[in-house]
Amino acid sequence: MVYDGLDMEHSFNMERIIKIIDDMNERNEGLIPILQRLQDELGYLPINILKAISEKMNLPYQQVFGVTTFYSQFRLEPQGENLIQLCDGTACHIKGSKKIIKTIKDKLKIEKGETTEDMKFTFQVVYCIGSCGLSPTGMINKKVIPRLTPGKISTILEELS
Amino acid sequence: MSSEVYEKEVLCCEGTGCVAGGSENIYFSFLDEIKSKKLNKRFRISITGCHGLCEMGPIVVIQPEGILYCHTSVEDVPEIIEKTLIKSDLVDHLLYKHPITSEIIPEYKEIPFYKYQKRILLRNCGVINPEDIEEYIRREGYLALKKALLEMTPEQIINEIKNSGLRGRGGAGFPTGLKWEFTKKAKGEPKYIVSNADEGDPGAFMDRSLIEGDPHALLEGMLIAGHAIGAKEGYIYCRAEYPLAIHRLKIAIRQAKDLGLIGENIFGSDFCFNIKIKQGAGAFVCGEETALLASIEGKRGEPKPRPPFPATSGLWGKPTNINNVKSYSYVPQIIINGADWFSSIGTERSKGTMVFALTGKILSTGLVEVPIGISIRELVFDIGGGVLPGKNFKAVQIGGPLGGCLPTEKLDLPIDYEPITEAGAIMGSGGMIVVDEETCMVEFAKYFLQFASDESCGQCVPCRLGGERMLEILTRITNGKGKLEDLKKLEKLSRVMNQGSLCALGQLTPNPVLSTLRYFKDEYIAHIVDKRCPAGECEALITYHIDEKKCTGCTRCFKKCPQNAISGEKKKPHKIDKRLCIKCGVCKDICKFDAVYVM
Repeated sequence: MVYDGLDMEHSFNMERIIKIIDDMNERNEGLIPILQRLQDELGYLPINILKAISEKMNLPYQQVFGVTTFYSQFRLEPQGENLIQLCDGTACHIKGSKKIIKTIKDKLKIEKGETTEDMKFTFQVVYCIGSCGLSPTGMINKKVIPRLTPGKISTILEELS
Repeated sequence: MSSEVYEKEVLCCEGTGCVAGGSENIYFSFLDEIKSKKLNKRFRISITGCHGLCEMGPIVVIQPEGILYCHTSVEDVPEIIEKTLIKSDLVDHLLYKHPITSEIIPEYKEIPFYKYQKRILLRNCGVINPEDIEEYIRREGYLALKKALLEMTPEQIINEIKNSGLRGRGGAGFPTGLKWEFTKKAKGEPKYIVSNADEGDPGAFMDRSLIEGDPHALLEGMLIAGHAIGAKEGYIYCRAEYPLAIHRLKIAIRQAKDLGLIGENIFGSDFCFNIKIKQGAGAFVCGEETALLASIEGKRGEPKPRPPFPATSGLWGKPTNINNVKSYSYVPQIIINGADWFSSIGTERSKGTMVFALTGKILSTGLVEVPIGISIRELVFDIGGGVLPGKNFKAVQIGGPLGGCLPTEKLDLPIDYEPITEAGAIMGSGGMIVVDEETCMVEFAKYFLQFASDESCGQCVPCRLGGERMLEILTRITNGKGKLEDLKKLEKLSRVMNQGSLCALGQLTPNPVLSTLRYFKDEYIAHIVDKRCPAGECEALITYHIDEKKCTGCTRCFKKCPQNAISGEKKKPHKIDKRLCIKCGVCKDICKFDAVYVM
C-alpha cells in the first residue's frame, strides 16, 4: 500500500534517513549526492523524503522536486523485483535493440519506464552502458547480458516470472 | 614484487566489456590454479584496463611475449597455464584469427587493429593494473607533475600546452592552452579545475575505458592544470552509468593521497590540491559545460548563455577550467616529451592523436587511437577490418547523436575537425558508428532526433519545440505518411534550431537529419513517394514472410510468436498472418533454416 508517497508496508527507519541527510549536509555534499544516497538506501525517493530533504537543507520544496524530476536516474515510485535495462545506444540500436525492446513491451505489457502490476518487473531503456562490443546488450538486475536476441530475452523473462 | 622477477605474466582485461563477458571469474580462476599448483613465485597474474578490442573479449595477454588470447573462458585457464606458462607453447583455438583472411596472429602488436594505432593516451590501457599506483609510477607516472611543480612556472606550463597545439577533446576542439590562460588571467578566487567525464554519447566509451584503464593520467593532468591556473580544488564529474570507472577513480585518488601526490605541499612545494568525484544522475545535457557546472552546484542541468564562459565565471561564479577527461590525460605526456613531440603528430591545425570508439556493423568493434588526419577509409577498413562479411558499407556516423552521417564518397576525408564539420558531421568526442545496407538512414536520423529531443532540458523554445516537431515529421515519414513538403519543413526547422537554441544540444540536434538529407535524399523520397523502405527496416513499410521452399515446418517460430500470428502443421510450411504480426522479429531470429524474410 502506498500512502502519500510513503510505502506503508515497507516502512523504513525515518530517524536513520534524517541522520544521513544531516551528516551529508554538514559535509556540504550537495543535493544531488544526497538524493543518490537515499535512493540507494530506499530503492526510490518517496515524496515525504523529498519534503524532509527540503526542510533539512533549507531549500524550497519545488526546487528539490524540480531537481529530482530533471534527472532520469531518480525514481519517485518503487521499483519492481527485477530491473530490466535495455540499451538503446547507437551501437545496440544498429544491431537490433528495437526488436528486443518490442519483445519486452509485448511480453510484459508495459511501456518503457513502467513497472508491471505484480511488481515483478521494471523496464527501462538506457542509452549506452559502454559495452558496445557485446551489442545488442542490456542489464538485468545490474548484470550485463551480452549479445541479446528477441528469442534470448523472451526466454530470460519467462524464467524470471 | 617487481615484474622482472617473474618468468611470465598473465594480464586479464577487466574493462567493463570483458567484465561483462566474465573476465573477473577468469582472473580469480587463474589466481586459484596458480596458488594450488604452487606456481605463484614463477608466474604473476594481474588485471588491466580495457585493451580496446572489445569484439574479442574476454581478453588475456601473456607477457613478455605479448600473446593475445581471445574469447577466453574459465574452462581455458588450466590449458593456458599448462601449455603457455609452463611449456611456452600456444593454445591455438584462443589465438586471434583474422575474420576475413583467416590468418592466425599470436602477437597482439601484429594484429592490424593494433599495428596501425599510435597509443599515447591509451599507452597504459591493457598494460598496467589500474588499481595499483606503483605500476603507473613505474611507467613515468607523476614525473610530469614533479617537473611541472619543481622546474616550471605556471606560465611555462601554459606555454608548453599552447605550443603543443592540443585542442580540447570534448568535441568543440578549442585550444586547451588558450583556455588555461584565460582561466589563469581571470579575476576571482578560488579557481576550480573540472573534468568532464559525462560521456553521454551512445556508442562512445573512450573516456570510460581511459578512466578504467589508467585513472592516474587524468589525476596527474588535473594536478598540473591546477598548478598552472592557480586552483586548489578539482572535481571529476562522471556519469553514474560508469560504476567501474568511479570505483577505479576512488581507489586512484586514495592511493595518490596516501603517497602525498594529492593534498598539501605536493612534492614539497607550496602547491596544495584536492580532487573530488561528483556523479552524474542521468542527463545527457550535463555533458554541456555550463549544465555540468549547474549539476555540481545541485541544480537542474540547464545550460546558461555564454558569455560569460566558465573561464571567467564558472562554478559558483568563480573562474573554472573545464576540460574533457582525454584533454587532461594528454598533459603529463606533453610535459615529459615536450610540445614539439606532440605537435609533430597530426595535421597542421590539429595536433596529436584522437581516440575513437568503432562500433556498429564493423568487424573489429573496439577502441583505437590514431594520429589526427588519417582517412576514414584507413580507420574503418585497415584498422577496423571493414564491415561484416556479406554486407556493404553504407555510411559512418561521426560525432555522436549531434553529429552526422558520411557516405562512401567521403571515405577518403581526413579525420580532422574542420574537414569533418564541412562535410556535415562533427568530430565530437570520438564516436564512430558504421552502418550497412540494412540500416535505414531515415529511421537512423529519427533515432537520434528522439534521443536529443528526450534529452532537451526544455529551457528554450527552438530546442524544446523544434525537436518535437521534427520528430513528428520523421515519424510520419517512417510510417509511410510523409509528404514532399515535409522535407522543406525539416530544413526550415533545422535552421531555426541551429540559430536560435541556447546551447549546442539544440543547435546540433538537426545534424543527423541534415546530413542524411544531404547524402541519402533518395531514401527519404522512397519513404514519402513510394511508401517503401529500401533498407527493409521501417516496420510500417515492411512485412514478414516465410519462404515456403525453405520452411521445414519445425514449428519453432509458431511456438515463440508472442502474437500467435504464425500458423501451420508440423512438417508443413508455415504462414504468417500479417494482420496479427507485430514485426518483432522473433521468428526470423529463431529460424534455423533462414526461411523468414523481410520485404
